[in-house]
Amino acid sequence: MAKGHSFLSHKLHSLLGLFPIGLFLLFHLTANYQATRGAEAFNQTVGLIENVPLLLVVEFVFIYIPILFHAVYGLYIAFQAKHNVGNFGYFRNHMFLWQRVTGIITLIFIVWHVWETRIQKALGASVDFDMMANIFSSPAMIVFYTIGIISTVFHFSNGLWSFLVHWGITVGPRSQRVATYLTMVVFVVVTFIGLRAMSAFIL
Amino acid sequence: MAEKLIHLIITRQDSPDSTPYKEEFKIPYRPGMNVIGALMEIQRNPINAQGQKTSPVNWESNCLEEVCGACSMVINGKPRQACSALIDKLEQPIRLEPMSTFPVQRDLSIDRSRMFDALKRVKAWIPIDGTHDLGPGPRMPEVERQWAYELSKCMTCGVCLEACPNVNAKSEFIGPFAISQVRLFNQHPTGQMNKHERLEALMGDGGIGDCGNSQNCVQACPKGIPLTTSIAHMNKETTKHAVKKFFFS
Repeated sequence: MAKGHSFLSHKLHSLLGLFPIGLFLLFHLTANYQATRGAEAFNQTVGLIENVPLLLVVEFVFIYIPILFHAVYGLYIAFQAKHNVGNFGYFRNHMFLWQRVTGIITLIFIVWHVWETRIQKALGASVDFDMMANIFSSPAMIVFYTIGIISTVFHFSNGLWSFLVHWGITVGPRSQRVATYLTMVVFVVVTFIGLRAMSAFIL
Repeated sequence: MAEKLIHLIITRQDSPDSTPYKEEFKIPYRPGMNVIGALMEIQRNPINAQGQKTSPVNWESNCLEEVCGACSMVINGKPRQACSALIDKLEQPIRLEPMSTFPVQRDLSIDRSRMFDALKRVKAWIPIDGTHDLGPGPRMPEVERQWAYELSKCMTCGVCLEACPNVNAKSEFIGPFAISQVRLFNQHPTGQMNKHERLEALMGDGGIGDCGNSQNCVQACPKGIPLTTSIAHMNKETTKHAVKKFFFS
């Protein structure tokens, strides 16, 4: 990594995780949730998104470039640590390890997911209810997506906790503990939204 | 009655570059003994568990009351001071290892210079030398002195660096203690006059950005220093400083 920029890179990494990546995740899962109201509602939502002006620019600026930076710098951070939960089995140390593990799982999941949906669209396929229903006709994909969604939402929720510390918002132990509880609630609620939306595609 | 023995398994290393190996010792128990006492017994009679004569185990210690930090080592998997590690409270066999996050010099003695370099880097002192008498400095409010005193208990023992997953051969991270020392000296009414210098040092490579919030440091610190609170506080201060510098000067 470039000399003298580690403070800025770490701050940018932390910021991008929430704005825009975290917000995009919430938006994406809520949009998927429309599938629980039927194929028609989901296809309508997809159509609405596809009609956003300059969609490709929006996608690159708010999704692809931030995720690419977050992923590359995240891998650098993840492989720098010397994990020691064996000797130091504290809750936060486990979260530290899991943040890095889920980061890598999430990256694999996202690469596959983008290949299967967005790149197929670029190659001429149409993204709609049937495409997802087709993907979920395979039980292996249901397992893969379940792990992927849980891992992504965990990484987001625990990353939210870290964000609050990295930016000096939760400073003392009490506020950090409350933030742990709140981000756990975020994890449960958002995981439910994600998995419930997925189940709507399983016919 | 058979003599009660203490069983020790010590990770030894003959020189900074040689390969570490384990050697076992069985030494006579005395009431109230600590790990330093056990090492002194080996020094007096350097015979290992197989009954062979060996070189005495090398270690560092000084104050023997957990305020100097010199005798830090990994005892049964946890980094701590050997002087305050009482044999009666340890599970046997007692495993002693050097804190290998630091360069091992010999056996249990390590080189902690990276910590002193880190303190120099963040300017963990209060510059008061001048060419003439500057008079008394501003007073420090008592409520602040009370918590600042807690931070001043840091003895540069190295336990927080050993516990931190982000301090290792692949990273330049200066470690939790140095960040807490910046908070201490930036709080001091005279130290405050140079606070920007310390903040900028924290914002360099290997500085506060490298903290990954595993929070092992605060659990491991033998002096109970609120290291994670110091880190989060300095996160806020460095962010404010960066924003101010970018927009206003």
